[in-house]
Amino acid sequence: MPNPSEVKQTNKSNRLKYIMEFISEKLFLICALISVLSLFLIIGFVFFKGSNPFIADGYSFIDFIFGSDWIPSEDKYGIFPMIVASIYATIGALVIGVPIGLLTAIFLSEIAPKPIAKIISPAVQLLAGIPSVLYGVFGLAIIVPFLQNNLGLVKGQSLIAVILVLAIMMLPTIVTVAETAIRAVPKTYREGSLALGASPIGTIFKVVVPAAKSGIMAAIVLGLGRAIGETMAVILVAGNSLIIPTSLTDSVRPLTTNIALEMGYAYGTHQEMLFATGIVLFSFILILNFVLAKISSKGGK
Amino acid sequence: MNTTLERKEVKESANVEHQNDQRSVKISVRDLDLFYGENQALYQVSLDIREKEVTALIGPSGCGKSTFLRTLNRMNDLIDSVRINGDIHINGNNIYQSKDVIELRTKVGMVFQKPNLFPMSIYDNVAYGPRMQGIKNKKELNKIVEESLRGAAIWDEVKDRLKTSALGLSGGQQQRVCIARAIAMKPDVILMDEPTSALDPISTLKVEELIAHLKKDYTIVIVTHNMQQAARVSDKTAFFLNGEVIEFEQTDQIFSMPKDSRTEDYVTGRFG
Ligand SMILES: Nc1ncnc2c1ncn2[C@@H]1O[C@H](COP(=O)(O)OP(=O)(O)OP(=O)(O)O)[C@@H](O)[C@H]1O
Ligand SMILES: [Mg+2]
Repeated sequence: MPNPSEVKQTNKSNRLKYIMEFISEKLFLICALISVLSLFLIIGFVFFKGSNPFIADGYSFIDFIFGSDWIPSEDKYGIFPMIVASIYATIGALVIGVPIGLLTAIFLSEIAPKPIAKIISPAVQLLAGIPSVLYGVFGLAIIVPFLQNNLGLVKGQSLIAVILVLAIMMLPTIVTVAETAIRAVPKTYREGSLALGASPIGTIFKVVVPAAKSGIMAAIVLGLGRAIGETMAVILVAGNSLIIPTSLTDSVRPLTTNIALEMGYAYGTHQEMLFATGIVLFSFILILNFVLAKISSKGGK
Repeated sequence: MNTTLERKEVKESANVEHQNDQRSVKISVRDLDLFYGENQALYQVSLDIREKEVTALIGPSGCGKSTFLRTLNRMNDLIDSVRINGDIHINGNNIYQSKDVIELRTKVGMVFQKPNLFPMSIYDNVAYGPRMQGIKNKKELNKIVEESLRGAAIWDEVKDRLKTSALGLSGGQQQRVCIARAIAMKPDVILMDEPTSALDPISTLKVEELIAHLKKDYTIVIVTHNMQQAARVSDKTAFFLNGEVIEFEQTDQIFSMPKDSRTEDYVTGRFG
């Protein structure tokens, strides 16, 4: 039988352990709550401010979405040109960025000899680390003059310039996520296919890529998210005209740039309408995330 | 089980002598050395594999059975460090001199240790090889798929679910679909690397029956760790040890009166 003082001793140190346990548990919880809290604060704030004109001041939400004039001084707030510009720019960037990104990912994971992959892979990852304003500067210094000179434009800042910059910016996301997905395809699939007399390229496109489908879709959606939310680089090369673009060479103003350009000096309804623009942008991203979740849960099955 | 085994042995040994001379050599291996980088895995392997026979490769783990098997359809080419000396002729052609690996692999099919069906439908799995060969005609593909699945004795079990995912089948069913997938290429030779090691006894039995049946049309080389299996399914057996072929003989001889004491130790289970 242990003597009583010993029992007391262990009880004491145990109690200390329990307290430490309790405190650290709560600490983790608080840390986790910070991000959730930030999310709700941001959403709440944007929605509160952004919905005010429609609830309190009687502006029509339909006119806001589908109106084609954005003239704050005349109390006209239509963001349709910007929605169109955002959608065009994103789709355009996808059309260019996805094939290049996927082929790069396939090359790195399946075809490239190791030394070459060892050079390209970090290069692609470094591309992800470049601050977006530098992409904008690059676009402004290289792509815009190039377009201006070669397409004979008055102004090189245009939809196509935005598309090119966004396409480059989404590359690292697409490449790294797709590469990981492709590498995760079991080796046995490749062997099975090759043993059936399929060529290496045939094996890649008929077995490996389909097997990595859900990961590749995730890569595309993540790249999409990057493109639609990008602001800084886009401001510098978009031209920012408030028109519905009808050609690739038109100067455009996507949703993000509208907010960034005017928020600094806007007040009253004008400011609230910029928050409303944020709501629309946020909805796009939310839909994308939903799609992403759907895709990855399908892939898990 | 023992009695059937013995009966088979008796029957075989009666037939063996005159069969042996008639059957032509399908695969002829001469002085084959194989290196993984610095490490030699096969030493001077020479053996003749006859047409429409089942040849079993046995031996302790790591002795080079899989390595040898994979030289026959050049799957070792996938590993950069592999270097090979010596000759392998299949149907009289030196397979390491020909550049056409694809042609070789359509003639020499392979079934792996673990079923490795692709994540697509049963139908698409079996039609995969023929499609890669450029066969697009629906009717023709249907016919090939049905014939192959029948040939692999799995048609009745899957005919109503051809369009469902192949990964929904049981392991044993998957392995037989893998065999169907190999047959669909109409190969001459089928290589099997421990095809039943991941299967339950009943599925194993089904695959063994299938092998006995396939022997009529195909030359089969099978790696197995299961002595009874080697005795049951094969005509000839090669005993590998440390990358060398110690003994290559009629199966009943290997199991009843091996010439080499190391073979005897191994087949009687005295070997580590
Ligand atoms: N990809 C590889 N790279 C380097 N060495 C290898 C490779 N594959 C096999 N080896 C080596 O070659 C030798 C033979 O291996 P192998 O897989 O052919 O043996 P095995 O007889 O099939 O064994 P098991 O019965 O365990 O399947 C082993 O020593 C192994 O370590
Ligand atoms: Mg092996």
